[in-house]
Amino acid sequence: MIELIHNYWLYFLIGQYPDGPLGGLVLTLLLGAAALGLALPLGVVLGLARTSAHRAIRWPVTALVYVVRGTPLLMVIFWAYFFLPAVTGHQTSQFTTMLAALVVFNGAYLAEIVRAGIQGIPRGQSECARALGLSYWQTMRAVILPQALRNMLPSLVAQFVTTLKETSLGYIIGLSEVSFIAGQINAQVLTQPVQVYTTLALTYFVLCFGLSQIVRVLEKRGARSVVTR
Amino acid sequence: MIDFRNVSKFYGSFRALNDVTETIARGEVVVVCGPSGSGKSTLIRTINRLEPIDSGQILLNGEDIHRPGLDVDRFRSGIGFVFQQFNLFPHLSVLDNCTLAPMKVRRLSETEARERALALLDRVGLADKAHAFPAQLSGGQQQRVAIARALAMEPPLMLFDEPTSALDPEMVSEVLLVIRDLAHHGQTLVCVTHEMGFAREVADRIFFMDEGKILERATPEDFFERPQHPRTKQFLSDLRSPFARSV
Amino acid sequence: MSIDLSIVLSGEFGQWLLRGFLLSIELTLVTLVLAFPLATFVALLRLSPWKPLQGLGFAYVEGIRNIPLLAHLMFWYFGATQLLPEGTRTWLYEHDAESICAVVALTLYTAAFMAEDIRSGIRSIPTAQFEAARALGFGYLRSMRLVVLPQAVRITVPPLISQTLSLWKNTSIATVIGTAELMYQAQRVETATFRGAETFAVTTVAYLAVSGVITLLGVLYQRRYPVRAA
Repeated sequence: MIELIHNYWLYFLIGQYPDGPLGGLVLTLLLGAAALGLALPLGVVLGLARTSAHRAIRWPVTALVYVVRGTPLLMVIFWAYFFLPAVTGHQTSQFTTMLAALVVFNGAYLAEIVRAGIQGIPRGQSECARALGLSYWQTMRAVILPQALRNMLPSLVAQFVTTLKETSLGYIIGLSEVSFIAGQINAQVLTQPVQVYTTLALTYFVLCFGLSQIVRVLEKRGARSVVTR
Repeated sequence: MIDFRNVSKFYGSFRALNDVTETIARGEVVVVCGPSGSGKSTLIRTINRLEPIDSGQILLNGEDIHRPGLDVDRFRSGIGFVFQQFNLFPHLSVLDNCTLAPMKVRRLSETEARERALALLDRVGLADKAHAFPAQLSGGQQQRVAIARALAMEPPLMLFDEPTSALDPEMVSEVLLVIRDLAHHGQTLVCVTHEMGFAREVADRIFFMDEGKILERATPEDFFERPQHPRTKQFLSDLRSPFARSV
Repeated sequence: MSIDLSIVLSGEFGQWLLRGFLLSIELTLVTLVLAFPLATFVALLRLSPWKPLQGLGFAYVEGIRNIPLLAHLMFWYFGATQLLPEGTRTWLYEHDAESICAVVALTLYTAAFMAEDIRSGIRSIPTAQFEAARALGFGYLRSMRLVVLPQAVRITVPPLISQTLSLWKNTSIATVIGTAELMYQAQRVETATFRGAETFAVTTVAYLAVSGVITLLGVLYQRRYPVRAA
């Protein structure tokens, strides 16, 4: 086991870099952060659309969100893998494919979190902003969204944990994130599958459990803080 | 200034406003009172279109304010509204609460908005709390900030929807003093309240509402000494019971 | 290039997809049957008054939940099978090891999430109910069974239906260890026919159809049995 770690720890951490593309745990983290970072604005737009007073906006977005949430992520990845090259005109790298799939998928889930966040702000807040003469967009930007996003922070970090786990599916399209690397190591070593996969499991555990604890702290802080009157 | 003409409003089959016709002049201070469910909050909320009406007209300086083409945001910026639940923005400081609308809607520069806000906070006695956050203030203080925030838009008309009903008793007078000060400076005011002592002292006219209608409108003297409508008499005698709060 | 659904829907390829679809459903049902009792057990562990049992429940939930399903599948199929004695291992490989490992991984994973939903549901029942049962002389387990759990059921069913939806979608991940469920068969058909659009369209519709049914069940349940406050 010690020898296993000694030989492969760097490969596990950063893949074949610099002799190849970045991989391993670092890639997992980068992919997860990029995916959530891009999915959040998409989620806000879709969440706003879900709370819109206009049916023409609300219904199509609701349908889109339901379709994406009823489809396995793997399916979305395959759609991206087979059709992004056709749509964009050039070869898309595995990273870009995976990123696109994760952004669309998480955007739909974040839409629901954003929607709940917006609807959780007391009506008096938006009434008062409108009474002062602020328009719908000014009200959203200056009063509702800042409060909603702050309240949503625990859910957002929890979604980040989920996104990190979802990056593991990059394995299937050959993206060299940490699960794929583990598979490669196992294929080379052959005699220590339990050790390899337990290490993989432990890595995810430390990462995700650590973040979940941050979520707990955030939730507690949120419950104690500012109460809207 | 404000003209109600046969205004009616329904919530489903419940008639909240029943054919209300009345005029409020510029510079007038009107107090609206009555039992719960009488329609007084609904009435005041129709003035700045927080509630729509089902029939009739409301005219502000001759303009029909419930007509479809109206620029509602611009219209509302000319009316100050103070809520029962204060509704301060918790994520902004007291000062930012007061500068937000002037900057975004009236396009004031930050310096101008701050100057105006600080002057108003001083007027309501809270200049030293400018950089505090709403959660750090008492209810009475929050409501005074809410009044300053509404005044920051320099509205010709101020509306108050039960401004002291959510406050602990010892904080009621600090807020009423601010409103009285506004009245003495010639502000056109419509205030829905249960504080009858305040009404007697400050109002030019008192409206008594029940079941969606204005049953009595009179000067404070006439209202308290010579009430006409039987419901008003009933209301006043209930107020004089040993457990009543004001009067 | 024309779109021709008949190629993927009929004949050999249609058979493959159908078999995959049926296996996906089978995996879901078998996992549900196994995961639910396990989840209830873990939830009760976490709710029990004894610290060591609480710790055990906590370790299970956090240990399983924080590891992606893919890693679970790889561990059981590539790792754990190597620890088995020779005879058992051979037997396993002859009897659809892929599906068995998939069920094991899916059951443990789903049970961890369900346990949390069940725990929340039980905790939402006021302690006074439990105390009243104990005051009448019922032990811990009987108080749970007769008083708390029946009330908790109504609150817990919607989140559990939501977990079932997740489970249905998660069966697709079993393809990485070679389980011949719908996603695996879809890849097979695509490789054989080069008809990616048709294959994936049909597969997506199949997943959405069952997702729709599960969601509908949830909506109907909440309509028929709305949560009534005490």
